[in-house]
Amino acid sequence: MRVRIERRLAQPRWLPVGVPAGSVAFAFAAIAIVLVATGHDPLHTYGTLFRSAFTDDGALSATFVSATPLAFTGLAAAAAFRMNLFNIGGEGQLYFGVVGATGAALALGGGSPGSLSIAAMCLAGAAAGAAWAALPGVLRAFLRTNEIITSLMLNYVAAKVIDYLVFGSHSYWRDTTSPSADVFPQGQAIPDAALWPFATIEGAAGGIALPLGFGIACLAASALWGLYRRTRFGFEVQVIADSPRAARYAGMRTRRTILAVMCLSGAIAGLGGAAQAGNFDHLLDPRSLEQQSYGYSGIVVAALARYNPFAVVPIAFLLGGLKNAGFALQGADFPNGLVGVMQGLFLFSVLGGELLVRYRVRLERRGRGRVEAAQAEPA
Amino acid sequence: MNSSIGVVVLASAVAYGTPLLYAALGELLAERSGVLNLGVEGMMLVGAVMGFWAVQRVGGPGAVGLLVAILIAALAGALVALVHAFLVITLRASQIVSGLALTIFAGAAGLSSYLGNDLDLADVPARHTFKPVDVLGLEDVPVLGPIVFAQTWLVYASWACVALVLLYLTRTRPGLNVRSVGESPQAADAMGINVIGYRYAHTLAGGAFAGVGGACFTLQITPQWTDGLTQGAGWIAIALVIFAFWRPELCLVGAYLFGAFEILPVNLQARGILTEIPSELFTSLPYVMTVVVLVLVSSGIAKRRLGAPAALGLPYMREER
Repeated sequence: MRVRIERRLAQPRWLPVGVPAGSVAFAFAAIAIVLVATGHDPLHTYGTLFRSAFTDDGALSATFVSATPLAFTGLAAAAAFRMNLFNIGGEGQLYFGVVGATGAALALGGGSPGSLSIAAMCLAGAAAGAAWAALPGVLRAFLRTNEIITSLMLNYVAAKVIDYLVFGSHSYWRDTTSPSADVFPQGQAIPDAALWPFATIEGAAGGIALPLGFGIACLAASALWGLYRRTRFGFEVQVIADSPRAARYAGMRTRRTILAVMCLSGAIAGLGGAAQAGNFDHLLDPRSLEQQSYGYSGIVVAALARYNPFAVVPIAFLLGGLKNAGFALQGADFPNGLVGVMQGLFLFSVLGGELLVRYRVRLERRGRGRVEAAQAEPA
Repeated sequence: MNSSIGVVVLASAVAYGTPLLYAALGELLAERSGVLNLGVEGMMLVGAVMGFWAVQRVGGPGAVGLLVAILIAALAGALVALVHAFLVITLRASQIVSGLALTIFAGAAGLSSYLGNDLDLADVPARHTFKPVDVLGLEDVPVLGPIVFAQTWLVYASWACVALVLLYLTRTRPGLNVRSVGESPQAADAMGINVIGYRYAHTLAGGAFAGVGGACFTLQITPQWTDGLTQGAGWIAIALVIFAFWRPELCLVGAYLFGAFEILPVNLQARGILTEIPSELFTSLPYVMTVVVLVLVSSGIAKRRLGAPAALGLPYMREER
């Protein structure tokens, strides 16, 4: 007997559902082993996790708070990864989105109508995110510099920039008027008129507050799907992803497309920053942004969604629940660092499951398989 | 003379460059066999926390504790790398996504933080640390003394590792085999070289080196455990391999260059030089310089991808030649 791994010619129908489900089950089993090995009760942990993510009073509202930025950073990563352009800079692009959006809201002041402020915040956030993403984009497109490392390094730089804006200087973004501001440096709050609204769903579990940002994320997902599936630009992205050489021979402007996709990805992450500022933070809060690391989790979201924009939104919701529970439960019930371990294991099992989508594993007796394989080989 | 700022900066650049050097050497070994591992940051952090755990828990004289700690750190790094190796070599997953997954799994908000918390290691100083040793009695030699002869055993060992890796890759049969596996696994396989075995071995060795690199932080530089204490050193190490054109001797130069970027601001500020420049500008220097160096390398000579193993990042499938 030997194990053979061979490429599938046709996918059975159960596969697209069965593999992700199996992967998630495997991940939970693996995490249970980690928990048991370190002296925790996995059933208890999973129970509290599920309750504080989805069923407790106010849990769903809190989950939407984490899910909104995750949906944006997930879309941002999906937009770029789809073209094999590995933009790891969603984190920094989100920071710049917050900077742009709070800047716009502060500049417009309390006098402008809410809808104008919100539109301006979206535009400014997206523009700032796109500009920050354009840096690694230009380097990748024109100098062929590895975008993985440059976009990642720029995350650290972006963190220093927002630290400087609030802690290191008396910038526009820093609160310089309130009495406590000199002792504890903090961001300048945006005017009330620029706060983003919530839609409230009455009833279940003490009402659910649905943030405007989450709605915009759903719109952005549809727009991204349309762009990639229904336009010439999206077609070119697909061709460049599958075969850069074919794209060049066909006369596609590869470098311009790389830069455009990088900026698009940055703009979506920046829009997420605008939503974060408008719906939740209401000011530039470097410590909280750096601690949440929505940009990195967005990569997990995108990979689990297999870069499909419509799948990004529900997966962002699930991982948002995990993140929210992780923050709510930190301590004995839910050890530090477990969120990262779980995210990593989800990714590993999905990556491993990918093998089953593309290949099939067969046990067979020596000698016989070779003939069959030769017959199955297309001429 | 030996306390002039240039000498002090260079001496501490060597100390701060050492974790980068170990991690870059490890990544170089893995990449030379054709496996790109972007999980260096995660492997370093797990090595750092497990090394620290060992030094706190192992009794006996300090030297024994430190030696055990280094071995445990290497083992921990290799175990984390095993996950990546299994996924990308056996299951043929995307090396890039798997490496990112490894960083998230093991990184600052993952396994390393979980272990640090569960083993209760935060905010206590290390029981034993690596201290500078003046082996040859040459510490007082002007300039070179403090830079070269007053370092710790971790630093001296890293020089030995550079020499060993260099000799291994260029002067031994297995080294030649590794390079052929990285350049053309098909040809290597046809020659009877065990491609899968070589890739596993070098990915694990890469993890072990990264683990030791992480332990440099908890056993010498910091020396205590805090979440995410490597602060991107793993990523700088990956950039370093590109900067060094996949050659161990150039990793040495690059590591100390980046060590200097990290330590220069601290020294300048301690001496009251350039205090009007915001500290954020200084502390972002290593990251900005990584980008600058990568741009220089990718636009200049390396346009022909000098040194990069041809099969880097590609899975090897015997069935699909």
